Amino acid sequence: MKVVYFAWVRERIGLPKEEVETSAATVADLVAELRTKEERYEVAFSDLSALRVALDQELSDFEASLEGVKEVAFFPPMTGG
Amino acid sequence: MRILVQEAPFDVGAEAKAFSEGLSASGAAVTFTGIVRDNAEGNLVEMLIEHYPGMTEKALTKIATEATERWDLEDVLVIHRYGSMKPSDMIMMVATASRHRVAAFEAAEFLMDFLKSRAPFWKQEITKDSASWVASKEEDEDALKRW
Repeated sequence: MKVVYFAWVRERIGLPKEEVETSAATVADLVAELRTKEERYEVAFSDLSALRVALDQELSDFEASLEGVKEVAFFPPMTGG
Repeated sequence: MRILVQEAPFDVGAEAKAFSEGLSASGAAVTFTGIVRDNAEGNLVEMLIEHYPGMTEKALTKIATEATERWDLEDVLVIHRYGSMKPSDMIMMVATASRHRVAAFEAAEFLMDFLKSRAPFWKQEITKDSASWVASKEEDEDALKRW
């Protein structure tokens, strides 16, 4: 699964994207897996209320299923306009 | 409908003129331009805008499509830049056209409200000695509730 990061999430993790081997059923499960990887993931995911998630480039939420999903993106609330 | 996501500057006058000239059934065209504002300290050197290529275009198209479903619009234009900008540079513009002005104004406000918090852009303010991500505002999220 491709996992992409933007803005300060990208900076804290230190990567714009990576391939992740996972059998996580939901976004929350994937986050739990990532948090155990390394300290920088724990820091980036410490406050989920400050994060948003997109599945295959559509806004979603942390309870959503990852079944059939190819790309997961994590980022802070958007500041366009 | 025209959606443009680009790094390059755009000519708001030329875009507004082309948009108006392409209309045949509208009595009102509204344009809004978003400009890089200096920060509270007045020392902004650069504004960097990051975006999510692919999702950005999809999200903008979805927002503009919803506007055309809610209001009787002849045309919609959205241009949003990413990359490096300076204070007073133009970041983005929207244009809407309808038979009457109320629909054109309302649709432009709707587009702006959703663009702020539903299109994947992130602003970073650069000063001489700091780089900070612009935090989203609660009022931006609240603004969506009126629609």
